[in-house]
Amino acid sequence: MDLELSEDQEFFRETTRKFLEAEIPVERVRELGHDPAGFDRDLWRRGAEMGWTSMLVPEEHGGGSLEGEGLLDLVIVAEEMGRLVTPGPLLPTNVVALAISERGSPAQQAELLGPIVSGELLASWALEEPGGRWQADRISLEARRTKDGYLLQGIKSPVEAAGEVDRFLVTARGDSGLVQFLVPSDSAGLSITPMESLDLVRRYGEVHFDEVHVPEASVLGEVGNSAADVERQLQVAIAIQLAETVGTVDRVFDVTLEWMFDRHSFGRPLASYQALKHRFADMKLYHEANQAAATAVARAVQHRDEEAPAKVSAAKSYVGDHATFVLQECVQMHGGLGVTWEYDLHLYLRRATTNQLLYGTPKDHRERLAGKIGMNEGAG
Amino acid sequence: MSDFDKAVEEPEAFRLRARAWLAENMPLRPEDQGHVRNFERCRELQRILYDGGFAGICFPAEYGGQGLSLEHQLVFDEESMKYELPLALNVPTFGIIGATLVEFCNHEQKQRFLPPMIRGEHIWVQFLSEPTSGSDLASLTTRATRDGDHFVLNGSKIWSSGAHAADYGICVARSNWDVPKHDGITVLLVEIDSPGVTVEQIADTRGGTEFCQEFFDDVRVPVENVLGEVDAGWTVVRGLLAHERNAMGNASPLTSGRDIMGNEPSESDILELALALGRNDEFEARQLAAEDFALRFVQKETSKRIGLAMASGKMPPTAGALLRLMGARAAVRRSDMALSIAGSGAIAWKQGHPASEIGTRFVGRQAAEMGGGTTEMQRNLISERLLQMPKEFAADRGIPFNQVRHNAMPERKP
Repeated sequence: MDLELSEDQEFFRETTRKFLEAEIPVERVRELGHDPAGFDRDLWRRGAEMGWTSMLVPEEHGGGSLEGEGLLDLVIVAEEMGRLVTPGPLLPTNVVALAISERGSPAQQAELLGPIVSGELLASWALEEPGGRWQADRISLEARRTKDGYLLQGIKSPVEAAGEVDRFLVTARGDSGLVQFLVPSDSAGLSITPMESLDLVRRYGEVHFDEVHVPEASVLGEVGNSAADVERQLQVAIAIQLAETVGTVDRVFDVTLEWMFDRHSFGRPLASYQALKHRFADMKLYHEANQAAATAVARAVQHRDEEAPAKVSAAKSYVGDHATFVLQECVQMHGGLGVTWEYDLHLYLRRATTNQLLYGTPKDHRERLAGKIGMNEGAG
Repeated sequence: MSDFDKAVEEPEAFRLRARAWLAENMPLRPEDQGHVRNFERCRELQRILYDGGFAGICFPAEYGGQGLSLEHQLVFDEESMKYELPLALNVPTFGIIGATLVEFCNHEQKQRFLPPMIRGEHIWVQFLSEPTSGSDLASLTTRATRDGDHFVLNGSKIWSSGAHAADYGICVARSNWDVPKHDGITVLLVEIDSPGVTVEQIADTRGGTEFCQEFFDDVRVPVENVLGEVDAGWTVVRGLLAHERNAMGNASPLTSGRDIMGNEPSESDILELALALGRNDEFEARQLAAEDFALRFVQKETSKRIGLAMASGKMPPTAGALLRLMGARAAVRRSDMALSIAGSGAIAWKQGHPASEIGTRFVGRQAAEMGGGTTEMQRNLISERLLQMPKEFAADRGIPFNQVRHNAMPERKP
């Protein structure tokens, strides 16, 4: 958690937590594991009323935030959702809302932002392609010019909530560089293959574009000049993702700490063993460091800090490695219970692992960072 | 902490004033400062800062400081990056001992000791560890015996970095042997020139000689130099150790400048090393350089987070143990990364080669997990104080010290 929240933000955090605890406790999340969508549309609409979809959208389109720093509010929601492994397309919908708000045409804004904010319309960002290719220079989905628009050819995978959303924001490669499109999910030639996914409620699909024809008006931003937009979307996505991961660890850390006091062996609580205390000290450090990194990234992205690209990759790689490390330590502290289906810990580990590997693995982000800090100078 | 928070000048106005003054008055940082700390040079530099009104930024104005906020200090750190600064005075003089004196001195002691410290006239050293008492500091056996209006000091202290160049030492001694170990300790401020004090330098694995051992033979210390209360010195020690963790974790408001120690050209910068060795297109080197950057970023943000939380009371002072642990682990990791990139360049090198220090640093690597309290002690603190886990069993709890088995002070070498 950000330790420097304003009073309004603190109040908002508490309200969000109470809402989630009352409306979608972890038992309900498990039930949704059997639901084809993995989340509850009605709950999503109610969340939208609380602001889940409006923070990155300007007021004239029905959006708004507490203090004009929408991303800093949104990461509060993401973190609270992480604490309860809440389902729902928070990240992809907000990334698309941001892209339309910042780069959309007036027509796109008028058509889509209202329904997104109200929770009626869901959207997802189709960025990554098979083989773990998410980097701007490795995107290969082809956008071929026609006389009145474009033909899209290629595959996006994995795409979050692919089977549920109404619009995809598709990042494609045109003749002159990256170009992005807003594509209805029922477009001719577009097909979705559901995938099995690690997270019980966060579903992914493979989206095939087979000569999908899209009109000129569906282009978002400037043709061939979308690299900066994609970078911006990526940064916002990762800021949301980091906050959610921090939330998962926060909850598991608390539960495991309690367990250390309650569970006795050889007549003493687990918390009295120095071998375990010392491991917990490291876990506490990593958890604080993760929170510091996630908070710093949210601020850097919100304020368009010129070092944001490097900070995002630094935090993404650090938190990715250390969050799952702490969670696995928590599993070990629980003994056999920690690897049972019935105990909730694996739900959290599934979510944090998903976040670790999506939008670039820690290794990918270290490679990206190496380029940004000067390792490419004179490289042969 | 009110002295630390008081702001008179807006930080941004302060920044401009500092920028202009630094450009006018401070020498630029030399290319290679080497790893030997030049304390005499530090005294001169500190005096220049003092005359310019930039010494002791967060020290109380009443006692020679500027009485500004942590934010001002952070601004000054940014602005002063490229200048030569008296960094060797940061630890222990300002960050640890200065902070302890501000917290525990009476008014008269503050008047005597703080202004000369801030002017660079008094360099301080900590007399804590003993040859027979390390992590279990409270088992110390250096003896302070009351004799009229003096205490008479006998015993030995060790690992006191920089004692050879220091003017004063903050010395923890046992004044009462008939009570449990924490209840019979008195803290004395000792002038190192006093008759009966002998300082010997100890060579470390890198060939440095900053480590010292001191011997006290009937050293007379006036009672006005007792810090805190007689026999209740453990309170002072706990405060001092908290300041030490903060300072070593780079979260002290009283240190000044880009790094706290000033005895390293910098810890190995993995990026620079990889570039210097032409390994920048190798996968592993790229991964390590990025990991190092990420670690520095996260370390800085964690220091900021925990430093602010401690200042506002959201976290207790023992949270400094997190920063101390993080700093130590990062230093160890960095040493390993450097070794991995240097390869055989770390074991045989031509003079001036970029990998020349890497192997030697690796051999002395564990010093990072010892100085400022071992990482094991930090982990005890984090688990017991921050997480409230049960304390370790101690065989000496509640037992008068003279009945506790403790190590005897070894015979002094002839």
